[in-house]
Amino acid sequence: MKILLTVQENCIAPRFDQATEIIIAEYDGQRLLGEPRTIILPHRSAEELSDLIVKEGVECVICGGIEESYHNFFIWKKIAVIDGIIGDHADALQRYLAGQLLPGMVLPQ
Amino acid sequence: MNDTFAQIFPQVAIPTLLNAIPHGIAVVDRECKIVAINQTLEALTGVLLADVRGVYVDFVLRSNIARRGRTFRDVLASGDSQVIEGDIVSRDRRKIPMRFTISPLQDDSEELVGLVIVLDDLSEVVNPTGLGDESDISQSIIGQSPKMREVFELIPLMAHTEASVLITGETGTGKDKIAEAIHKRSSRSAKPFIKINCGALPEPLLESELFGYVKGAFTGAVKDKPGMFRLAQGGTLFLTEIGDMPLPLQVKLLSVLDDREFFPLGGEKKVQVDVRIIAATHRPLKERVEQGLFREDLYYRLNVLHLHLPPLRERETDIRFLINHFLRIFAERTGSSVKAFSDEALRVLMDYAFPGNIRELRNVVEYCVNMCQSQQIAANDLPKHLLTQPSSIPAPLDAQPLPESLPESKTTARETGRDWLSIEKDLIVDTLTQTRGNRSRAAALLGWGRTTLWRKLKTHGLVSPAEVSNEQG
Repeated sequence: MKILLTVQENCIAPRFDQATEIIIAEYDGQRLLGEPRTIILPHRSAEELSDLIVKEGVECVICGGIEESYHNFFIWKKIAVIDGIIGDHADALQRYLAGQLLPGMVLPQ
Repeated sequence: MNDTFAQIFPQVAIPTLLNAIPHGIAVVDRECKIVAINQTLEALTGVLLADVRGVYVDFVLRSNIARRGRTFRDVLASGDSQVIEGDIVSRDRRKIPMRFTISPLQDDSEELVGLVIVLDDLSEVVNPTGLGDESDISQSIIGQSPKMREVFELIPLMAHTEASVLITGETGTGKDKIAEAIHKRSSRSAKPFIKINCGALPEPLLESELFGYVKGAFTGAVKDKPGMFRLAQGGTLFLTEIGDMPLPLQVKLLSVLDDREFFPLGGEKKVQVDVRIIAATHRPLKERVEQGLFREDLYYRLNVLHLHLPPLRERETDIRFLINHFLRIFAERTGSSVKAFSDEALRVLMDYAFPGNIRELRNVVEYCVNMCQSQQIAANDLPKHLLTQPSSIPAPLDAQPLPESLPESKTTARETGRDWLSIEKDLIVDTLTQTRGNRSRAAALLGWGRTTLWRKLKTHGLVSPAEVSNEQG
């Protein structure tokens, strides 16, 4: 499965629609398949990012604040969203893989 | 002065003071890390001070003004306060317009030690009714789909000209709102916007409504009546359902558009008018011209600028958005605790064709909010016709015909007793056969979005396993 994280430097980006950088990780249920890919987006656009998420076949989005319309869109597309995350993105991914990441979580700094 | 209070004030009173102010407040240090936030900001962001103390303020506010912290660092560097308008995304995933007042904080020796950021909620200013409804037209036209984005791009262009505009689109697509939006953005916005429904009145009455009359023009004309053209002087006259205007009146309207003057009924003196015309119709005017029901010269006179509003079924990405929008509005209006639709209810709504477009969708949501007894609207809270009527093929009465006709349904449920699913499957296969497998054209013919067609293809087992695995991979 593919997991997408919106990032800003080492952290989860504060807002989905303002993100210009994403990381896509692939997970086979036991371990990550290779190094997660980092993609720099040409500009800020929640719509284009949503399109990319659908086209990439992402199954889970980990992000900061996200508007309800986009959140609902992903749910409708059967894409899980763990939003409102504050903290280091690598830590967020590890916690997600361990089944310990919840929406609104503030990770230890 | 109470000495004890003065001594303990900095430690004890500041959090109380911050919490007493009905605005979100954040206090940050020189590194822009959170030192304190008040309860209002905790409520807005959904985070507790204890959890975010020491976190960069950008990550807590979730604003669009931070520029990766540069905005706050600029204030620290210059020592000058800044007031910036922007927005935040709240804990309940709402984008809230805010005014951010960022002020430097100094210690006793006037050393800059941090910043205080005050958030002023502008929702009420941006949208005085809080309902995004009648008071702010541009706020109330909603859509994110590519087709609506094209419309939004055209509105300002059309507003800045004086040419006549013809707005077409099925009933319930928002023609009135677009007309008003064009007027409000035009240089005529301070002048009247007068709307008249050309299909609602018999010919003599419509004529007198439009052009007015003078006292004694006919029995009952006991005083002068100015008429809509004169009432709209300097502004915009919106002629809705222009396709239903009787032919004799079309001649008179054309003459007014050409000469900008007319005789009121029974009048001997010409009245000069400066009025911009916006016309709208749900009828295919070109066809009515060919049928001799609408004057060709008037058609071309009105159709200087043309705006076509797409039906809701062509705005699939907007449906969900509109559902949530109306849900929020009606829940607020009625004080209902309804928060969302269940997955099943949403599926029914997404599969429904909404022949009445946004008006119908709005009414459906209003019905649900009023009927639902819990926080989540279930499928059985939906109007019954949505549940009993299958995802219908839209029949846009009198609307622009589709480029190709749907294949004639060979069977109906009534004739055969078959269930809808099998009929739907046949319909999809027939349509795909007609379009030689082209799914985009098939979706257009069926009145569905491509995603809906894809979902239904999967439901009916009409996609190959390879395609399904490609989609998942």
